Amino acid sequence: MFLSLIVFLPLVSALLVSFLPKESWVRPTAFILSAAQFLISLSLLFRFDSSTPALQMVEFIPWVPALGVSYFLGVDGISLWLILLTTFLLPIVILGSWTAVTKKSKAFHCALFVLQTAMLGSFLAMDLVLFYVFFELSLVPMYFIIGIWGGTRRIYATTKFFIYTMLGSLLMLLAIIYLMFTAQEVLPAKQMTANILELYKLDLPFIAGQFLNPQTLLFFAFSLAFAIKVPMFPFHTWLPDAHVEAPTPGSVVLAGVMLKMGSYGFLRFVIPLFPEASEHYAWVFLFLGVIGIIYGALVAMVQPDIKKLVAYSSVSHMGYVMIGLFALNNYGVTGSIFQMLNHGVSTGALFLLVGMLYERTHSREIEKYGGLAKVMPIFTILFFIVTLSSIAVPMTNGFVGEFLILLGVFSTSPFFGSLAVVGVVLGAVYMLWMFKRVFFGEPGELVGDKDHPLTDLSVREVLVMAPLIILIFWMGIFPNHFLKFSNSSIEHFVQTKDAYQLSFHQPGEIFSKPMPQVAEVK
Amino acid sequence: MQTEFLFAILLMAPLIGFLINGLRWKSKNYLLSGSIATGAVGLSFLASVALVAKLFVTSGDKMSAPKAVTAEFFRWITVGGLEVPVSFTIDHISALMVLVVTGVGTLIHLFSIGYMSHDERPTKYFAYLNFFLFNMLLLILGENLLLMFVGWEGVGLCSYLLIGFWFSDKEKAAAGMKAFITNRIGDAGFLLGIFTLFVLFGTVSFDGIIGKLAGVSAELGWSGPITLACLFLFIGAAGKSAQIPLYVWLPDAMAGPTPVSALIHAATMVTAGVYMIVRLSPLFILAPNALHVVALVGGATAFLAATIGLLQWDIKKILAYSTVSQLGFMFLACGVGAFGAAMFHLVTHAFFKALMFLGSGSVIHAMHEEQDVRKMGGLHKYLPVTHATFVIGWIAIIGIPPFAGFFSKDEILWKAFSSPLGGRGLWIMGVAAAACTAFYMTRLMALTFWGKSRFDHHKVHPHEAPPTMLIPLVVLATLSAFGGFMGIPHVIGEILPGHPGNWLEHWLHGAIAVPQSDAHGSKVMEWILMGISVSIAGLAALLAISFYVIEPKRPQRLAEAAPRMHRLIYNKYFVDEFYFKGIINPLIEGSRALWAFVDVNFIDRTTFAVGDFVRGMGATARTLQNGNLQQYALYISIAIALMFVYLLEAPKRLAELFGG
Repeated sequence: MFLSLIVFLPLVSALLVSFLPKESWVRPTAFILSAAQFLISLSLLFRFDSSTPALQMVEFIPWVPALGVSYFLGVDGISLWLILLTTFLLPIVILGSWTAVTKKSKAFHCALFVLQTAMLGSFLAMDLVLFYVFFELSLVPMYFIIGIWGGTRRIYATTKFFIYTMLGSLLMLLAIIYLMFTAQEVLPAKQMTANILELYKLDLPFIAGQFLNPQTLLFFAFSLAFAIKVPMFPFHTWLPDAHVEAPTPGSVVLAGVMLKMGSYGFLRFVIPLFPEASEHYAWVFLFLGVIGIIYGALVAMVQPDIKKLVAYSSVSHMGYVMIGLFALNNYGVTGSIFQMLNHGVSTGALFLLVGMLYERTHSREIEKYGGLAKVMPIFTILFFIVTLSSIAVPMTNGFVGEFLILLGVFSTSPFFGSLAVVGVVLGAVYMLWMFKRVFFGEPGELVGDKDHPLTDLSVREVLVMAPLIILIFWMGIFPNHFLKFSNSSIEHFVQTKDAYQLSFHQPGEIFSKPMPQVAEVK
Repeated sequence: MQTEFLFAILLMAPLIGFLINGLRWKSKNYLLSGSIATGAVGLSFLASVALVAKLFVTSGDKMSAPKAVTAEFFRWITVGGLEVPVSFTIDHISALMVLVVTGVGTLIHLFSIGYMSHDERPTKYFAYLNFFLFNMLLLILGENLLLMFVGWEGVGLCSYLLIGFWFSDKEKAAAGMKAFITNRIGDAGFLLGIFTLFVLFGTVSFDGIIGKLAGVSAELGWSGPITLACLFLFIGAAGKSAQIPLYVWLPDAMAGPTPVSALIHAATMVTAGVYMIVRLSPLFILAPNALHVVALVGGATAFLAATIGLLQWDIKKILAYSTVSQLGFMFLACGVGAFGAAMFHLVTHAFFKALMFLGSGSVIHAMHEEQDVRKMGGLHKYLPVTHATFVIGWIAIIGIPPFAGFFSKDEILWKAFSSPLGGRGLWIMGVAAAACTAFYMTRLMALTFWGKSRFDHHKVHPHEAPPTMLIPLVVLATLSAFGGFMGIPHVIGEILPGHPGNWLEHWLHGAIAVPQSDAHGSKVMEWILMGISVSIAGLAALLAISFYVIEPKRPQRLAEAAPRMHRLIYNKYFVDEFYFKGIINPLIEGSRALWAFVDVNFIDRTTFAVGDFVRGMGATARTLQNGNLQQYALYISIAIALMFVYLLEAPKRLAELFGG
């Protein structure tokens, strides 16, 4: 029941919040609820057995038996940290938007909680249809968060966001249906199923070099959906628009968690379901990933708007995640998962900081700043630490992820590895150049304004940032504290990726009748 | 005492100093902050002395002295075959380096107390300085490439922070950024080097890599990958140690406070590249082609930077180009396989260059932040101690025996000539660079301390620095005077009473690689070349005196005689301008174009076009249902006709398909 608790507590919270009698109670209640959810999810670490790659804390209830669709949740070393990242960011986001989001705060927090359920569900669902439901459900609250609480071009941005991601996943839906039918024909049980553990057993026909064969087509159908979500170059253009228009909490959740639903999808579904195609077409993703890294960095460099700069930096950082995955070795995949967390922490932190600045000046134009370091010293220090994390300076979290990814890619393809290293330089260029223009030099137009003197961060704002800053160093100096939970899952994944299977752990936890098919698996 | 405990003190003292001063960053109490910082580094120095002493402990039998002392703290990263422990080692190479860094570091911290006494944020300065030292120690002591890389980037970060310490000045902030980014280019090379070595050897530990080299021979087809790895690493070294083409950040780095220039940009951080190559000398010696590149780049940098130094007016810029040039000498030494000589010059250079930077700091302090040597002159009257110590530094760098620079520089020149990896061309480059060095250093002395004073006596009242600033100068001057005796060449040792051997060579024996084949050149040759290089340097110095003390009009006339040449060198060969026009601006413009054309115009337009197409189809489909009855009747009749055709034809076709 524990995983269901984690998934649906936010939904219950949404209901609770929506029935609160007073508007002023909304924020504290939401904060306490989200913090409690984080603490509850934190106990996953104690329940989790890191010595096995098997699926843990499994819950299974048939949902649409005729189609083989079930309510099937489980966690392993691949999804564990993403769950925690999701629950960790929500209280921070709520505390961070304390004064930023003023209108319809009840609806806003409801939307956040529903989004939370959708995201957690996507990471825990082990049934493709269930996954699809959660995956698509996440679009709805985000659509409203951008569309109602966003900036001036919010309708354009949110429509673009919705249509882009929606279109991508339609092809995936077709592919899912195809997989379910194939399972009926091929698998010994002779019945439809969307159970991912069953579908892993499919050996889909693959012909190298030919496009029109089931595995290749399915591979690209899934890949498109997730590539848009990540987003990979050239499907990234919805992201800067969405980020610029989204309110700060929206941006943090979007960058921090939602993008990872894409990269997680590759890891959980694409590579293990279509191993031959993944290997054969890995170069496509290495290529697009490297382009994304360099392109994202170059375009970030010339952005006049800080938030857009951070958005494009996301494109660059997610490029690292993708090439790490498609290095298809231990270092790359581990680095990739680590980088997903890093990106959640440091890009989330950047969006929060940019939001804090925006709240004060209502401008994000780099040119209007300058000399901020003298006026807002604490803000400067925090921003600098996050910058260091973003450009992967050793002893921050960013370095561990980037190093492992580059090592992984270099050992499978020195060519792409060497190209990707260019991103290490460019990352420093766009971040430090921005930092220089905003914080150093003479006071700029907005900074020297005598009528509106800028105040340094409040205690609340420092509290919002503190956990992120601590994590930046913790993950950078003691990465093994985090990696040890994922090591066996990743090792299993990499070693058996051609015939990937997942087994159950703790079968006693299944509170409904177990699936007959899965029980055969050793 | 316990090795682990000493290592912990050695590393943690500056880190704790950083944290203490970092937490009280607003304090203006420079004396307290400075004392904390200096004390922390002093403690590190004592710990490193205690640790190095362990290398001498012989317990009766000389053979039992440990080659290295190491300590492991925890595992940093463990993924698959990659094991990165946080472990530190002091062997015969890092012992030299750690003593120099903590020793000279302590002196410079002490000097800073006086120098920063008028600054607005002295505590922040000392915090950064301590943090730098911590990172430098990681770099030196780390037992694997990755830990070295942590320190490597860390010192770059501190360098960035300290160059841009007075960040309200846009140019200073820009100089910091330039340093960081140029270094990052090098770091990217370093990373690639680490990757290549890891792929080749499956480990990142120095011991592990060097241990596996024994089984590697060039015939096995390893020379290619190893050469590649060495070249990658050299990119890293060239970035950190300011070699062509990445040297451009170092002269700009002089925007930072002068003690920082002495510590980071002369004595310690910039020598990290040399140190790294020396550390991996058993690897580099297997890649002679890579070594040739190192030697050529080093020699060229030594010469080029020295020529730029000839015409600079800013006292710190002169010293900066001098540093670039001296680092070139060290790489020249590495490139000809004389890793010991490189280490030797690294140490002596740390003494005399730190001395001169601090001396220039004392001058700048006395002249109220004036750095232009044209506005100085005759300062020896006002700053006697600074002048006296500066003279020692001057003699040391131009290579007059028996001062420190003579021994180390001459060993490099001799090895450049005689080593199997060297040659006459490299020697000539070195001697030419040495001649330029003698000239510009003498010029600097003449313009700053000698001749008539050219400043306004009503506005500027030069005064000698306080004792906290003078003590470091005196100590460093002593080291610059006598430091060379640690590496007396054999030809000189033979004729001296008591026949002192080359202590440094003995110390490093076994720790560094030496070229396999024999050196060429006789003892007579060594004497002759030594004579030539010393006399050329002496002549160049005399020439400079005649130019700038005896007949100050002459430089002007010479500049007018060769205007193009003068313009080229005076503008530093337009390298910065070239980088801006050739690389940076196109990159920015290109990125703007990418954004405008690819993102906004191409991708978005394509997707919108797809959207429009779908909408267009919808619109077309809509016209079919326009409510016109006659049109509907037409559709119906067409459909009926089609159905007839189908009903008549379909059975036949189906029968054909399924074989009746």
